[in-house]
Amino acid sequence: MAILSKDEAQALLKKVLSYSTADECEVSLNGRTTGNIRYARNSVSTAGAADSVSLAVESRFGKRSGVATCNEFDEATLRRCVQRAEEIARLAPESPEYVPLLGPQTYLSPPSAATTLLTAATRAQAAADSMNLCAAKKLTAAGFIDGGARFQAMRNSKGLEAYQQSTNTDFSVTVRTADGRGSGYAIADVTDPAKLNTKVLTQRAADKALGSVNAKAIEPGKYTVILEPAALMDGGDLSLLGGLVYGLDARSADEGRSFLSKKGGGNRKGEKLFDERVSIYSDPLNAEVPGNAFDNDGLPTKRMNWVEKGVVKNLYYSRFWAEKNKVAPTPFPSGFIMTGGTQSTAELIKGTAKGILVTRLWYIREVDPQTLLYTGLTRDGTFYIENGAIKFPIKNLRFNESPIIMLNNVEAMGRPQRLAGCLIPPLKIRDFTFTSLSDAI
Amino acid sequence: MKRRDFVGLTGLAAGALFLPSLPGFGHTPVDPARLLEPGADVIVKKRLADAALNAAKSAGASYADVRIGRYLNQYVFTREKQVQNIVSTESYGVGIRVLVNGCWGFASTSVVTEASLAATARVAVDIAKADRIVQREPVQLAPQQGYGEVSWKTPIQQSAFEVPVKQKVELLLAANAAALDNGANYINSALFQVNEQKYFASTDGSYIDQDVHRLWPTFSATAVDTKTGKFRSRSALSSPVGLGFEYLTPSAAEQIAGPAGTNTVGYKLRYDLLADAALAGKQAKAKLSMKSVTPGKYDLVLDPGHLGLTIHESVGHPTELDRVLGYEANFAGTSFATLEWKAKNLPYGSQEVNIVADKLQPGSVGAVGYDDEGVKTREWDLIKEGKLVNYQKIRDQAHIVGQKESDGCCYAQSWEDVQFQRMPNVSLRPGKAKLSVDEMVSKVDKGIYIAGAGSFSIDQQRYNFQFGGQLFFAIEKGKITEPLEDVAYQSNTQEFWGACAGSCDQSDYRLYGTFFDGKGQPAQVSSVSHGSATTRFNGVNVINTARKV
Repeated sequence: MAILSKDEAQALLKKVLSYSTADECEVSLNGRTTGNIRYARNSVSTAGAADSVSLAVESRFGKRSGVATCNEFDEATLRRCVQRAEEIARLAPESPEYVPLLGPQTYLSPPSAATTLLTAATRAQAAADSMNLCAAKKLTAAGFIDGGARFQAMRNSKGLEAYQQSTNTDFSVTVRTADGRGSGYAIADVTDPAKLNTKVLTQRAADKALGSVNAKAIEPGKYTVILEPAALMDGGDLSLLGGLVYGLDARSADEGRSFLSKKGGGNRKGEKLFDERVSIYSDPLNAEVPGNAFDNDGLPTKRMNWVEKGVVKNLYYSRFWAEKNKVAPTPFPSGFIMTGGTQSTAELIKGTAKGILVTRLWYIREVDPQTLLYTGLTRDGTFYIENGAIKFPIKNLRFNESPIIMLNNVEAMGRPQRLAGCLIPPLKIRDFTFTSLSDAI
Repeated sequence: MKRRDFVGLTGLAAGALFLPSLPGFGHTPVDPARLLEPGADVIVKKRLADAALNAAKSAGASYADVRIGRYLNQYVFTREKQVQNIVSTESYGVGIRVLVNGCWGFASTSVVTEASLAATARVAVDIAKADRIVQREPVQLAPQQGYGEVSWKTPIQQSAFEVPVKQKVELLLAANAAALDNGANYINSALFQVNEQKYFASTDGSYIDQDVHRLWPTFSATAVDTKTGKFRSRSALSSPVGLGFEYLTPSAAEQIAGPAGTNTVGYKLRYDLLADAALAGKQAKAKLSMKSVTPGKYDLVLDPGHLGLTIHESVGHPTELDRVLGYEANFAGTSFATLEWKAKNLPYGSQEVNIVADKLQPGSVGAVGYDDEGVKTREWDLIKEGKLVNYQKIRDQAHIVGQKESDGCCYAQSWEDVQFQRMPNVSLRPGKAKLSVDEMVSKVDKGIYIAGAGSFSIDQQRYNFQFGGQLFFAIEKGKITEPLEDVAYQSNTQEFWGACAGSCDQSDYRLYGTFFDGKGQPAQVSSVSHGSATTRFNGVNVINTARKV
């Protein structure tokens, strides 16, 4: 029963709401059915599957609130869950950040769910395709496929009703030469698993692995770089662009402790902080990266500009912070879209006299939240470019750079590609700061 | 104690399901009184486990293990004068791992009945069989004796779950007030409490019942100068510990002063939250106008609360055998310390470097009686007098390095995740000769003393790293002269440990720890401690991290 239909989910939520005696009550269902396979050394290492649905009940008496959850759905359990949320709410202190529940909302219908999913057997085959390609070339593959379907439904005593379904499959592979002197990487995420081609992606990683053998050392310093999307965004860890776009928070800025804080107080919304070619927006209806219809508060998502022509157009306002500042709350998007150009990465390389191609960045950590200075390293395919062509592989480098400085040093932007639920163009950046060499391959 | 005392103040859990991602914490919010209820009796658990083991064997498994886990967590979050969230969670279920024709299979269920466990065991066997087409290296398990019915419990004085929520909230709010009264403009504080009730059974004949407790009080205090737009933070100098609530009862005997002139305090197995928060308020404010470091080579004197993270990244991770062998190549990375590199007998560090792995140290978050594949835990050397002598291994890896037994460092973050090799405590042995931190500083001509962990980053083979810290002090001609800001050091693992010039003695030894060491796909977190005494490293490259944007 992991994926309930809209009618099934709302019927269940309606029943749960009918048990409520609280001033306000909001109930939500979350379910998923997912599976994964992991391999390394050209052999499977682990595989698993998960299937779950959970119900959450939030009951409120005045400004007091309580939450309880359950994952069984017989009437007695459902009644107990509501009672427990109400018991906890009665004992809770008043919340200084109380905001009333939302009333009825109108939602868009993003095309976020594919009709078919991978099975354990098709996952194993997709992994086998990747490993067999590498084994035949005496290369070593390590990869991971993880995907499935999810649904989320909400309903509350103020009349809000929401439902959405989505599917997603993630794949990544690292290919290494047998002697460990070359390494390459490829990554993709798709809404429809039918569009996942592990062979093509593994070939890309294999080419980078073979091409990165015999890397030369270059002097650290400021270089023109072409950052591929995997060097800009990461689904699971801090990234140069991720740290910036997911850090567009009004409250921390207003409190004076963000790169968006203004000297003397307030935030920098409306200021031009980046090159005028930099525009970042979110759009749940985008066909390539469809998003969620609503966020965790039940707020409807919509197309929103975050950065337009280098100017910060919007910051994230929680419902509490929005009310305090008398502005509209901001629905939190499930992904971002950065506009770019029409050139492929290969074409960006052709137009580069001297520079470095960066496949991927790794272990990025914030050094200074004031300036958004980040450090991290290149990994799995770093190449020197001269006169419009890749000349030779280079040893990996550590950078210390701020995405704010980076987005002021834009030379060119390529065609956006999907990565981690976002659309990100490869970026050509001048004066990117590398501070030391690494022997890692 | 009355139920109301526990439940009182809970319920600001409006965002309970939507917390910022806290992997490793259970899924189902419950009321705090639930955390005091006993789990299933061992007699019941043995019967359930046997049902799974028998089903796995009947379906064709040559080996099977069952982990019946009840994972209880409570976390309390506050900021300034208010509670942000109090969440108590319980997660109960069973993970079953089987070996069929040299291939692992794993399945888990939250339905804890004999029939469900038997069915889940058969699912695990089916997965193992399905994966045979992509299996090129049959699993070889190191033999393991069965221990029969045994048990182990973290030696705690007071379970944190037995302390009323109200008392914990009051403590955090008092810490917040101390920081705010002393110069901070903002403070976020939190108390993480973990109890893993784990029952392990295997076809080797082990039935192991364990009750594991961990605790972590922490905060970050921030001072803002709105005129200049500058802000600076100072985090708590506490550590995650394998202790009960007694960790939060200050004890003079468990504190050690930093070098004269720094006004810093190091904490051993007891922590003074209020004193540290008050000091953090002062130091966060002072950071707004500290001198920015001049980049260059310095001798570094690193306090254990800082050095632990450097040990973690530059010794703990590269000596994990799964990384060495390539199992983490697609995510966490591999290691420079390959089997071939080890065979060359090259130095990992100077003669002063003696690094030991263990899952035993009292107060450490890594301490357990048995690991998650039924191996009794122990202590072993990783680095002796600067040479790498061993790795961290589990049962299916021992044969690869020609060894006969596991080191007992297999762990899964919950019943629903498969267990795999995780880092044990990895610690630098203190110096044998008597040496205080003041004596160490007195011999440094041009150096920097660093306390507390800050920004950290290292490459995927663990050569090149960069670390920040919480507090930095200039050392000139044997004396602490002034505090500094914008400090980070960059080095290479072998160069850095090669520059190790010795540690203070046992009296300065302390544990650093983390709750959130991540590895694997899907990612799992684990807890690990790193002990050391204050240690000196000569001629390390220091950079200035200030930028203008």
